[in-house]
Amino acid sequence: MSGHSSEANTHGSVKSYLTGFVLSVILTAIPFWMVMTETFDKGPTYITIILLAIVQIFVHLKYFLHLNFSDQGKLDTYSFIFAAVIIVMVVALSVWIIYASNAMMM
Amino acid sequence: MSTTHLNTHDAHDEHHDHDPAPHNVFGFWLYLMTDCLLFASVFATYAVLFMNTAGGVSGKDIFELDFVAYETAALLVSSITYGFAMICAHNKNKSGTLSWLLVTFILGGIFIAMEIYEFHHLIVNGNGPQTSAFLSAFFALVGTHGLHVTAGLIWMAILMIELVVSGFGSRTVTRLSCLSLFWHFLDVVWICVFTVVYLMGAI
Repeated sequence: MSGHSSEANTHGSVKSYLTGFVLSVILTAIPFWMVMTETFDKGPTYITIILLAIVQIFVHLKYFLHLNFSDQGKLDTYSFIFAAVIIVMVVALSVWIIYASNAMMM
Repeated sequence: MSTTHLNTHDAHDEHHDHDPAPHNVFGFWLYLMTDCLLFASVFATYAVLFMNTAGGVSGKDIFELDFVAYETAALLVSSITYGFAMICAHNKNKSGTLSWLLVTFILGGIFIAMEIYEFHHLIVNGNGPQTSAFLSAFFALVGTHGLHVTAGLIWMAILMIELVVSGFGSRTVTRLSCLSLFWHFLDVVWICVFTVVYLMGAI
């Protein structure tokens, strides 16, 4: 059912967990540092912390949740992509509609 | 689930000793995706309501980022210690699995203790969930995540007891794999929480 190569993919190894952990620490430390020290203007800070959060989510999905496109893992990945599409629609469209109607009431 | 099904499953597991029964784990994964939708709705609510402070405090006034950084660190480290527990579990190393689970449990406990302290601190200072729409949404969002982590801790305690009492059964690794997904999933949600609520609120 599963060869050794795909087992390594789904279980993860010490090395892959450590890689994911080090990347996460870096991707968490940068936004906290940016906001706590107020080194940059508000605009660039907003954009950077959102982008870094998205990158960190992908790091977690790959190294901790082991999403991949192997025969065994692709169903997980496709169901995640489906959920992500629904989430973007629920969150982004709600925010868009409410803020647009708020602007019209002003 | 019928007994026949359980029996065939056990027979199947004997042939694939290291197989974490991917079909069972996939079912749990689908549950997590619906849980994602729950969190997405609460995030949408927060995004809509966070500016309505009713003349009270805003995020900038009440968020203490060093405190949140320690909470984040506890949860992030607990993710990798759970990963090590899973590696030990796949090698059927009982004492290793138990030790790493215990470390994970303590780190998760620290996270929850800090969150309860933060909530208590806010409520005592008159910034409870009934004060403004912002605070209602804040308590709903962070509280939902906290309840999930608490559920994960209870589940982890039960699995540790099961490991101590009966050792590695045919389905132990499957159960640990499901909790692994749940635990790492909560860490992903926390990334969104600290970015959207705490960092963007404190800018």
